[in-house]
Amino acid sequence: MTTIEDAAAGPTGWFRLDRDGHRLEAGGAWTIAASARLDQELLALEPGTGGIEIDASKIEKLDSAGAWLLLRTRRSLEAAGRKVNRFSLPELYVPLLESLDTCPDTAPPAARKHGLHDRLALIGKATVQAGQQAWHILGYLGRVTVEAGEAVAAPRSNLRIAAIVHQVEETGLNALPIVGLLSFLIGVVIAYQSIDQLRKFSAEMLTIDGLGIIMLREMGVLMTSIIVAGRSGSAFTAQIGTMRVNEEIDAMRTMGINTIDTLVLPRMIGLVIALPLLTLYADLMGIIGGAVMCAFNLGINIPTFLRQLQQAVGVNTLMVGLVKAPVFAFVIALVGCYEGFQVARNAASVGLHTTRAVVESVFLVIVLDAAFSIMFSVLDI
Amino acid sequence: MKAAQDDMVIKVRGLVNGFGSKIIHDHIDLDVRRGEVMGIVGGSGSGKSVLLRSIIGLIPPRAGTVRVFGQPVGEVEGPDMKALEMRWGVLFQQGALFSSQTVAENIQVPLREYTTMSQSLMDEIAAVKLTMVGLPEDTAQKYPSELSGGMIKRAALARALALDPELLFLDEPTAGLDPISANKFDELIKSLRKSLGLTVFLVTHDLDTLRAITDRIAVLVNKKIRVGTIDELRRDKDPWIQDYFSGARGRAALDSAG
Repeated sequence: MTTIEDAAAGPTGWFRLDRDGHRLEAGGAWTIAASARLDQELLALEPGTGGIEIDASKIEKLDSAGAWLLLRTRRSLEAAGRKVNRFSLPELYVPLLESLDTCPDTAPPAARKHGLHDRLALIGKATVQAGQQAWHILGYLGRVTVEAGEAVAAPRSNLRIAAIVHQVEETGLNALPIVGLLSFLIGVVIAYQSIDQLRKFSAEMLTIDGLGIIMLREMGVLMTSIIVAGRSGSAFTAQIGTMRVNEEIDAMRTMGINTIDTLVLPRMIGLVIALPLLTLYADLMGIIGGAVMCAFNLGINIPTFLRQLQQAVGVNTLMVGLVKAPVFAFVIALVGCYEGFQVARNAASVGLHTTRAVVESVFLVIVLDAAFSIMFSVLDI
Repeated sequence: MKAAQDDMVIKVRGLVNGFGSKIIHDHIDLDVRRGEVMGIVGGSGSGKSVLLRSIIGLIPPRAGTVRVFGQPVGEVEGPDMKALEMRWGVLFQQGALFSSQTVAENIQVPLREYTTMSQSLMDEIAAVKLTMVGLPEDTAQKYPSELSGGMIKRAALARALALDPELLFLDEPTAGLDPISANKFDELIKSLRKSLGLTVFLVTHDLDTLRAITDRIAVLVNKKIRVGTIDELRRDKDPWIQDYFSGARGRAALDSAG
């Protein structure tokens, strides 16, 4: 590492105390390059007793770090009960030293370290905050629902079709490559694992049943939702959050523009349209992935594969997966936009809330998926 | 270093900058002498900040050379560039304080990077710098988001001064400050310059600041640059310069100097 100490050229700062300790002489370059060393040496100085004279007139170069060290030395000598009889410094540097003389003696206390008590308090605080957060999101849900209702009731004035179409493109169309590729690979993995296990029972054909059911009921919609939460939910938070940092949201409010109508509803409606379509596409790609695997590993040709698939899954299975998609889309958009509006007016806050939006929406998607599973099993679907 | 180079801190020769097909600087030359305060003015979009950024090496120029302390910026690398960066401090337009760190930690970033100081000395130096820029000592533990605009500028100046640089770049330091804070800022730069022997490269729109602290002024107009003292520039025939210094605002600010 390059340090300023290495880079400095020329004479360095020095000081010496004469034998009886009544005269401190300083000279050379008292600059930041020498200050780390001078600091250690000055701190090691014995306080001594009686009057003292500080002669700094041989100092050739002084900057604010060096001036502080001089000043600190004078103060600590005085604090130790020694009277500074004379203090000489080249005329040039007197204003610098004087301008620093208002500086407080001790550095302000560093931030407090956390003890057990503080940690307990932090846990309590976080718990209360989590509760408040849930309460706020619930309130937000209510507000968005009301606004959405109004928008649907009077679509001409409140619904921004162009913005919605843009969001469908951004969150749906542009996500096709990544969603397609990942679903295809998931299909390959499921088929591969199933073949290995089912071969032990000579029931390889059941691979197709398993693949169809897993892909259509669970994996298609879950994978798509998680990808979209990471891709679009985070984008919502970052976009709205950056607008908050730039005071754009405030500007819109003062112009009487409804931020829910303009920012939240297009994203929400766009995603509610896009996610089911993406899910359908993901289902398809997953099954293609499985089919490819079956063709390679089991030698099942496509007509056979399709016939078996048709026996195993019905429209019902597909619908069970697809019906979850709009709900997940709604949750992802709600959390993404909500966190965006929570951003404070600094850059760090955008990152913090974006992370939170992704974590919260993925969490909620999985919890809701579990709830759906329970509901469907109770309803016997 | 040779004596002749010694009193030219910044030496710009034939600098060309542009974005796309738009040329912003067309072969401009500029010298800044040691210990001088050079003001840079120009209309919006005339490339004041671009000039500053190309001098400190953030924008590679299309053509021309920039020498700072005799070193060609953009050609020196590694330890030499670091050695150069230690000798200058930059105050960005928005302060550019690191928002995840307290003010004291912000000031200590260059100290931690470039010196072997103990933590206690770094704390003391941070307090000293805050005193120098006129901020109360409890600012040290605050985060940038808790500060007002004027305080951010001052804290950012404290960070720019952390390594006691010889050369200070200020990008619109008084923009957005109230007149009283702006005056104090001018006084501060003046006193720092006197006590530390600073060379200052100052981009500003503030005529009061120009009058109060600059020795010479460089005007960016029509992709070229004109350099002179205020009095010399007021006699310049260029319409923009005439308008700038002899318009209503210009006269009010400059004539009050007496």
